[in-house]
Amino acid sequence: MEFFVISLLNGVSYGLLLFMLSSGLTLIFSMMGVLNFAHASFYMLGAYLAYTLGLKIGFFPALFLAPPLAGLVGALVERYGLRKVHRYGHVPELLFTFGLAYLIEESVKVVWGLAAVPYRVPEFLDGHLFTLYSTSFPKLRGFMMLVALAMLAAVYLLLTRTRIGLVIQAALTHPQTVEALGHNVPRVFMLVFGGGCALAGLAGVIGGVAFVTEPSMAASVGPIVFVVAVVGGMGSLAGAFLASLLIGILQTFAIALDWSLAGMLAAVGIHVSEQTFLYSLWKLQLSQVAPVLPYLLLVLMLIFRPKGLLGTRAD
Amino acid sequence: MIQFSIRAAVRSTLCAAALASASTVAQAQTVKLALIDPQSGLMAPVGLNQLHSWQYIAEIANQKNWAGGPKFEIVGFDNKLSPQESLTVLKQAIDQGIRYILQGNGSSVALALQDAVQKHNERNPGKEIIFLNYAAVDPDMTNSKCTYWHFRLDANSDMKMEALTTYLAKDKNVKNVYLLNQNYSFGQAVARGAKEYLARKRPDIKIVGEDLHPLAQIKDFAPYVSKIKAAGADTVITGNWGSDLALLIKAAKDAGLNVNFYTYYAATTGVPTAMGAAGEDKVHYVGYWNVNNAKFVGADVAMGYDKKYHDDFYTMATYTGIAMLAKAFKETKSTDPVKVAKALEGMKVESLNGEVEMRKTDHQALQPLYIAKWVKVNGKDVKYDQEKTGYGWKTEALLDTYVATQPTSCQMKRPN
Repeated sequence: MEFFVISLLNGVSYGLLLFMLSSGLTLIFSMMGVLNFAHASFYMLGAYLAYTLGLKIGFFPALFLAPPLAGLVGALVERYGLRKVHRYGHVPELLFTFGLAYLIEESVKVVWGLAAVPYRVPEFLDGHLFTLYSTSFPKLRGFMMLVALAMLAAVYLLLTRTRIGLVIQAALTHPQTVEALGHNVPRVFMLVFGGGCALAGLAGVIGGVAFVTEPSMAASVGPIVFVVAVVGGMGSLAGAFLASLLIGILQTFAIALDWSLAGMLAAVGIHVSEQTFLYSLWKLQLSQVAPVLPYLLLVLMLIFRPKGLLGTRAD
Repeated sequence: MIQFSIRAAVRSTLCAAALASASTVAQAQTVKLALIDPQSGLMAPVGLNQLHSWQYIAEIANQKNWAGGPKFEIVGFDNKLSPQESLTVLKQAIDQGIRYILQGNGSSVALALQDAVQKHNERNPGKEIIFLNYAAVDPDMTNSKCTYWHFRLDANSDMKMEALTTYLAKDKNVKNVYLLNQNYSFGQAVARGAKEYLARKRPDIKIVGEDLHPLAQIKDFAPYVSKIKAAGADTVITGNWGSDLALLIKAAKDAGLNVNFYTYYAATTGVPTAMGAAGEDKVHYVGYWNVNNAKFVGADVAMGYDKKYHDDFYTMATYTGIAMLAKAFKETKSTDPVKVAKALEGMKVESLNGEVEMRKTDHQALQPLYIAKWVKVNGKDVKYDQEKTGYGWKTEALLDTYVATQPTSCQMKRPN
């Protein structure tokens, strides 16, 4: 029981971090139709900015400052790069963000060096939040969950309950009409792109301190972000939330299980030994293939339900 | 004014030319060693620390003229911890005329390099290169896959496991052991060795769980920690290194996991900071040296290194390596890898941990091994801390060379 509850908590907190990471991507895609390959780079940028600012002004001010800075970079990219490329269609946009990802990674290497930076947990968050049975749950993870939920609520309220949110939603489906009503649609797009990048930056501030802040951190989360977006359904914020939790929990529990094909065969009476053909495949444990499972899910989802869990369109 | 500046320019050019010609003379006696290791990515802190270690020892050797003439120069090549990338940079190093290769991080990389060096030497007689492996400890490299041009300065995984289990077997509190390792040749060797040696020395110890995870990819070790806890382990044996160990210990600390860790690499960059006070009396490592040894041999080197790089010196094999090369250069009055390789076979040098012998049959260094425990610095037997944590390594056991020495199945093919 202890194991189950702790694993569930671990899975949910990891899933919530994934959600913070991928919500921006989903938002940008649903509103602008741009598949932003550089999304994870903004996650990295958030982590590095927070680390640098944190040295001067402390962790909490950095937590509030770094995401808007990452968002500002995103907005500038949209205003002076993406907007120009936009008129040539989606493929050039894709290539543009692809190049941007490399550009950001190399810039980070030049500015902050190749090695990991010592981005430390602030004392306030270093320690145990509560002890369940005999396992303690770290404060940082609790904080991670809190920030993710607060972010979800804020984005939801912004989109559905505010004027700017209404304009954004309207600009998506009827850009001409919105423009005719006197709204600046390109600026709305710039805000959306910047906002999405700021969300990734926020995830970076938390993820960077919880794990490691180094130049390959973008590349290592890049693929999983797309898995979340696809599995959840391209453009669906609720879908992304569901998919993040699903993947977080799936990965955590897969690590916990020592199931293997050999074990399953043994259960039905077929004995597999080292001499058996393809033994290395039969003896593979679920815990060993855990890191691959999300990608398996991605492939299966695309085959059987291309629009994702909560997606609305299949194209 | 203009005239003056022209004259100054001419003068400085002449000076530069004179300096340049002086340096070409010096270069003739400089032996370049290519260090092929990760200098970017997750494992970069370890790789850079080791690059600096080699450079620092080379500097000492040059100052004190260990080699009787030739000077050492270490050139760093970033292999991003990838065997593929390593072969590419090996080619670059060879193209630059470098004849000595140093590598240590990742047996997967070392095996690829060992093979590539062997092939290169067979195909390019007269341009042989020597591969000094200072930390890749897959036993195969000095057993079934041994080659003449490969020399291992570190104790291999089986030797360390022999030492570790000899020590562990005396502790009656150890009952349930969990094995957590990286999923590649080295991690698998650690797991296999632990099971084999524990079964021999303490058959009553239960292996309550075993896991292999991808190398340098896991960021969140919390699921593994809850698994260890659920298995009811009192002791974890792990060959993890770099971020894989630092993050594991960090996750164990966060979850309040109360077990003893027996590691190979807890003294490497990042791990001491991750442990802090939480690792006190719990984390151990087995290795070839500890700065807090009985006579603090090598403490001056560690202090000098700290002063220069603000980092800890732990890769003592760099000292052994340079000492052996220097001795070989001196004995053969040559820096030709063919002669040097011959001189290295069976060579004995006095290193910081005592006498180290490069066994002739398999090119495996034989040396005393240490087992150390993470404790508070007390100024007596634990004088030096790590990463400014106020904690350091207390020597728990010093095992003589013969304890860990293993037989070898190596049947080496020597060039004629």
